Amino acid sequence: MAEREYSESTDRIVATEPVEIRRYATHTRINHWFTAILIVLLILSGFALFHPSLFFLTALFGGGQAARFIHPIFGVVACISFLLLFLQLWKLNLMRREDITWARNINEMLAGNEEKLPELGKYNFGQKVVFWGMFWLLLAMVVSGVMIWQQFFPSLVSIEVRRWAVAIHALSAVLSVLIIIVHVYASLWTRGTLRAMVGGRVSGGWAWKHHRKWLREVARRQDTPPAE
Amino acid sequence: MSTPAPAPTTAVSNPSVDPLTPNLSDAAIMRASATPNLPEPTQQMEKVAKLIDISKCIGCKACQSACAEWNETSPEIGICDGTYTNPPDLSSEMYTLMKFSEWENPDSGNLEWLIRKDGCMHCEDPGCLKACPAPGAIVQYTNGIVDFVSDKCIGCGYCISGCPFDIPRMSPTRNVVSKCTLCSDRVAVGQGPACAKACPTQAIVFGTKDDMMAHAETRVDDLKSRGYDRAGIYDPQGVGGTHVFYVLQHADKPELYSDLPADPKISEVVEGWKGPAKAVGLAAIGLAAVGTVLHSIFGKPNTVSAEDQSEAEELVDAELGAEGQQREEV
Repeated sequence: MAEREYSESTDRIVATEPVEIRRYATHTRINHWFTAILIVLLILSGFALFHPSLFFLTALFGGGQAARFIHPIFGVVACISFLLLFLQLWKLNLMRREDITWARNINEMLAGNEEKLPELGKYNFGQKVVFWGMFWLLLAMVVSGVMIWQQFFPSLVSIEVRRWAVAIHALSAVLSVLIIIVHVYASLWTRGTLRAMVGGRVSGGWAWKHHRKWLREVARRQDTPPAE
Repeated sequence: MSTPAPAPTTAVSNPSVDPLTPNLSDAAIMRASATPNLPEPTQQMEKVAKLIDISKCIGCKACQSACAEWNETSPEIGICDGTYTNPPDLSSEMYTLMKFSEWENPDSGNLEWLIRKDGCMHCEDPGCLKACPAPGAIVQYTNGIVDFVSDKCIGCGYCISGCPFDIPRMSPTRNVVSKCTLCSDRVAVGQGPACAKACPTQAIVFGTKDDMMAHAETRVDDLKSRGYDRAGIYDPQGVGGTHVFYVLQHADKPELYSDLPADPKISEVVEGWKGPAKAVGLAAIGLAAVGTVLHSIFGKPNTVSAEDQSEAEELVDAELGAEGQQREEV
């Protein structure tokens, strides 16, 4: 089998009439949506404490005490889940030279002239920014979160450090929500993307338009036609 | 209907035996945590204060005992750490603590035993209240008392980060914070705090802030006349003044008294975290959300064309077809 540079071993062409490519394996999709659900729960329970106008959200979890208790537990589970996802995806999310060219000419993409941009592997610059942004922000939140986890780590760090931790935790939360908004909207605006994470497949046209190097490699690697 | 209790002006008098209704109500709340639109308090009360004159303290710990007794707390029986300080630190069961420190005065060569009664200072600008995310869990009354409302406390510990004096303590069993209430329950029925009532030397006195300040000034004059040139009042203005304040023999060096901070104020990190940053953060999220909705309505979606699909078909046919032919040849 040919060497892989732009694709995962599970990526393959699964249909030819019309062409469809498997982009995410079942376990990756389950992993993604499990993480997503936990992050939604984290946003709801966390933003309840972020601003008084959102405190009512604690009712979803059984009140203030319960929301305060459950939030860090969601956090730890979400981070473990994200870590599993990270291990599957990090390699193809490393930045490459063509990403810089792509990012410099991002206006062309927004204007609908994607053919003027370099051909890309499995992920584009925006997807990579979302990936690494979430990685670093979740890392910041889990580290600062443990520092302010009063119930189980009451004297882990000094009060001065704790003040910084609580501020960094809140700032990281805001930034990560902004990233999530971009992530969700990009997957909806770019038609045909959502199904990659739902059913696991994308159309050939989608792959040709957005991730041509990936498509070329997946096609080249494959030595048997799909079973259909 | 019984009459409301008068605001206490001293801790030494014996309580009235008449049935009195409490004089502290929600109408006297001037600040409440996480409550931006608190109505103006309708009950304005005179500011109260507890003055702790360290020069008069004999270290008997009657205040500690009275505090534990009145508040029905049960501090753990500790161990001797080589000083008279016991328990070693404030806790959710010990709201006030006599901290003993020994200091050799370089000017006189005397060994001075500086005993400070530690506990909540009842800041005019309370950092705990600013940091608290639970609506109404920390309140400040118009008489200056800062009180924790355990029913509304969620146990996050943010007040611990907010406090410039390291006072609030989390109960590991009840998951709520506690601290000195300035005996708000006693004050509400016309009595002074238990510690002041119990103090045998009147080192702790209680009354209106004005009266206590006037008294403190006479105490400072007295100390100065007896050679304590640096005697003074510790009523830190960085937190707007406090409703528990000290007379210190060495007011120029408050750190001598078990690290009493020289210029306490709410940390700038806490101010930044709790200040406009929150509104800016929410606004940014709101704008991003609205922006995507507008873009989805007025913008053109990024769609795949039939051409793209046929290009893909060609590419795949070429690759898989070529592979297929190779296999046939073999």
